[in-house]
Amino acid sequence: MSAISKPSVAPIERRVDAVESVLADRGLEPARFVVEATLAAEERWVPENGARIVAKAWTDPAFRQRLLADGKSAVVELGYEMPRHHRHLVVLEDTPTVHNVICCTLCSCTAFTIIGLPPDWYKDLEYRARVVRESRTVLKEMGLELPPEVEIRVWDTTADTRYIVLPLRPPGTEGWSEERLASIVTKDSMIGVARIPPPHA
Amino acid sequence: MDGIHDLGGRQGFGRVRHSPTAAAFHDAWEKRVNALYSLAVKSGIFNMDEYRHAIERMEPRHYVAASYYERSLTSLASLLVEKGLVTRDELERRADGGFPLASPSAPGRSNLAGRERFRVGDAVVVRAEHVPGHVRMPAYIRGKRGVVVGESPVYPFPDAHAHGVAADDEPTYDVRFSTAELWPNGADAAFVHVAVFQSYLQRAR
Repeated sequence: MSAISKPSVAPIERRVDAVESVLADRGLEPARFVVEATLAAEERWVPENGARIVAKAWTDPAFRQRLLADGKSAVVELGYEMPRHHRHLVVLEDTPTVHNVICCTLCSCTAFTIIGLPPDWYKDLEYRARVVRESRTVLKEMGLELPPEVEIRVWDTTADTRYIVLPLRPPGTEGWSEERLASIVTKDSMIGVARIPPPHA
Repeated sequence: MDGIHDLGGRQGFGRVRHSPTAAAFHDAWEKRVNALYSLAVKSGIFNMDEYRHAIERMEPRHYVAASYYERSLTSLASLLVEKGLVTRDELERRADGGFPLASPSAPGRSNLAGRERFRVGDAVVVRAEHVPGHVRMPAYIRGKRGVVVGESPVYPFPDAHAHGVAADDEPTYDVRFSTAELWPNGADAAFVHVAVFQSYLQRAR
């Protein structure tokens, strides 16, 4: 019955080849674009961008204010890019009593130029189905047990507004440079499934 | 459409297969797919709403079994066929095998007439509508009451933009719902915020 159970379905690489050849017929030079786009995905759109934005927000109160008021302008000001259809970036500030976490229940939307392409678990059915309804349980399963007094705010990316979590700066990092602070900010902490642990020494 | 993609709040799923070092890509073909769909969007062959809707129109068994990038490839191939750039037969000839594609689309719709402007703090209700085509209202907020906490710049209206229907751009409102409202007695206590297009909302009375 199902098309996918038929042994005749072409292997995925051959299906990609077929699609690529259609774009090549149109003169779109897909092979060249694959090289360019992969380079952008792997070298330009990396979580280190978001990490530097977070570190600056931790150390520069005026920037933090601009970032919270209008995220897109503030990150563009630092030289980061966002695609044209991402018209709005909302920065979600964690506090000792509020924890934010982002998801996309309908597909897999993220601010990928800022925090990197979403990890596979973010796009999987389990995270999308469960995090809106069982946030505290899911976070605990993922290793983040929040005290009961912490309010959880889940943000479902259902439009082209993008979200990024501004995590809590861990204690024990007083006097650190922006660069050193950026080195401890993870993609998971900007999605909101982890907090940044205090440094060991 | 109330499709298989609309997963928020569905039960029965197990643990998230999380790894703190999860890679975005695992195989070279995934990088190619990620680039090729973006090239098609950039070249004006289709827009992001058409792309998302073609994923939603995948046969449900295929959707559930496919990886993220296979879903992306299926949408891209379906739209190349629907836009007349290639026939399905030709695609299958070039792939030397079957090429499962998305099911046909239902009609789209334009903005709602007489939509209201909201402000932060306004109590709103999500209209209890069942839309046959593309819609960005997750089913778990249908008919539910929330509070506006933010407003975005205007975006193309997805219900129209995915179907080539003319429509005005409209803002989305970040609406805060309590999980007690969304799933009474059936959820962890939290607030869920959803970006809701203006046409989907009415003022709470």
